[in-house]
Amino acid sequence: MSGVPPFTVESFYKFVSERKLMVAKCVECGFVLLPPRPLCPHCYSSNLTWVQLKGAGKLEAFTIIHVAPPQFQAMAPYVVGIVKLYEGPRLPGMIRNVEPQEVRVGMDLTVDFDTALPSQWPMWPRYFFKPP
Amino acid sequence: MLGQPLATIVSAGLSKFGAREGLYARELFAEAAREAYDRCPNLNPKRDIKALFVGHKGESFEHQGHTGPTLSDWAGLTPTQATRIENACASSGVALRCGIFAILSGMCDIVMVGGVEKMTHRTTAETTEFLAMASDFPFEQWHGLTFPGLYALMATAHMQRYGTTEEQIAMVSVKNHYHGALNPKAHMQKEVTLEKAMSSRVIAWPLKLYDCSPITDGASCLILTKPEIARKFTDTPVHIIGSGQASDTIALHEREDLTSLKAAKVAAQEAYKMAGVKPRDLDIAEVHDCFTIAEIIAYEDLGFCKPGDGGRLVEEGATKIGGKIPVNTSGGLKSKGHPVGATGTGQAYEVYLQLTGQAERRQVSGAEIGLAHNVGGSGATATVHIFRRG
Repeated sequence: MSGVPPFTVESFYKFVSERKLMVAKCVECGFVLLPPRPLCPHCYSSNLTWVQLKGAGKLEAFTIIHVAPPQFQAMAPYVVGIVKLYEGPRLPGMIRNVEPQEVRVGMDLTVDFDTALPSQWPMWPRYFFKPP
Repeated sequence: MLGQPLATIVSAGLSKFGAREGLYARELFAEAAREAYDRCPNLNPKRDIKALFVGHKGESFEHQGHTGPTLSDWAGLTPTQATRIENACASSGVALRCGIFAILSGMCDIVMVGGVEKMTHRTTAETTEFLAMASDFPFEQWHGLTFPGLYALMATAHMQRYGTTEEQIAMVSVKNHYHGALNPKAHMQKEVTLEKAMSSRVIAWPLKLYDCSPITDGASCLILTKPEIARKFTDTPVHIIGSGQASDTIALHEREDLTSLKAAKVAAQEAYKMAGVKPRDLDIAEVHDCFTIAEIIAYEDLGFCKPGDGGRLVEEGATKIGGKIPVNTSGGLKSKGHPVGATGTGQAYEVYLQLTGQAERRQVSGAEIGLAHNVGGSGATATVHIFRRG
């Protein structure tokens, strides 16, 4: 299977830089691995395949961060939540393009992608969520 | 029928918790060791203690790793074998379990377990970043999540599913500050009102300043022996009769349920079964209230009430001294303080005091069976220990 990217976090973010939300799926048991990893934690298979998700879902839990680590202080207050994707898995991420006080559990959200690359290690581009 | 002792606490020490200016981990640990040695005059530490297991979360705080031998040296134990354990905020709960393993293996008759953290010399932003290292880097830290943020996610999920209110969550803080005001070693020895807690500044909504444990310096230790020899060292032994530990996914989003910590439930089942104890048999418990919502979830995970009833349990006063199951008589992490590496054995120290009748103004009269629940990070590690008066 030459040419298939390894099932790693690094590959996940390489796909993000191509504006794709990609997850690993276990061919043996069907489990979706998000984050992708080289070994299915349920059936121990390494027979995996990449699947692209649309990245739409509902907000399951959120917080408004006021006290932030140094590299995020300029953005505070900002919203981070866990989104339950219609395609199955959950994914945490920032929620943007909506006022923090308007955010509600259960609201519809869809994934989008930053174009700018962070300057600090590991320089992974960030995905985020926004109202559709 | 109660379980057999796994190991026995013959002595314990706790440094004053607080902002201990100019004192670093080594000096704080020496302070805790001093108390443990003073309580146990028949012990010759260097000769008798065969291993030290010490919980310490982060070398970032002091730019100091290799903490095991450092603390062994400052506690006067060199050349005793010394091992640092890192499981985030459960580091010393795990160190305690390692000590039990050492005793049960037969390789050591007497061990010291403990923990330490020096935190207050750093800025809040730096401390927030260092603590966040115990969460998932690629999917949590990288997207701006913090520890208050992770527990805030659990809080909004709990509020959504069960109708738990911000007021009920804040009542944990009011209760634990009431207890902490009775503890001369607590960091925050003052009561707070519900109004003050509710109006404090937001850290990670819905969690406010008074929902968060403070940044604290401190150290704790226990001296464990095999049960048969405990009375050579003390007339008031405390037996450890149950021990459980479990793990969960490092990232919160991979868990089936955001309103419960599965690792804590699994560890509790293991400890209860080993101890032959049911939740209703407990006289006291120290639980991991790093954030107020965590104590509410702990009530449910430990079986003190049904899932979803934790908010009502604190509201009706059941977990206050005088209630049916007093929780965090020490003041908990919230009021006593949370020097993260020191917390697990610090909880065991409070249980030890309660079961030996040494808890002074906060003594629960006749306490015979106690529990300590220590959580690492957002719940990827949990330990539960059950103790009984010897």
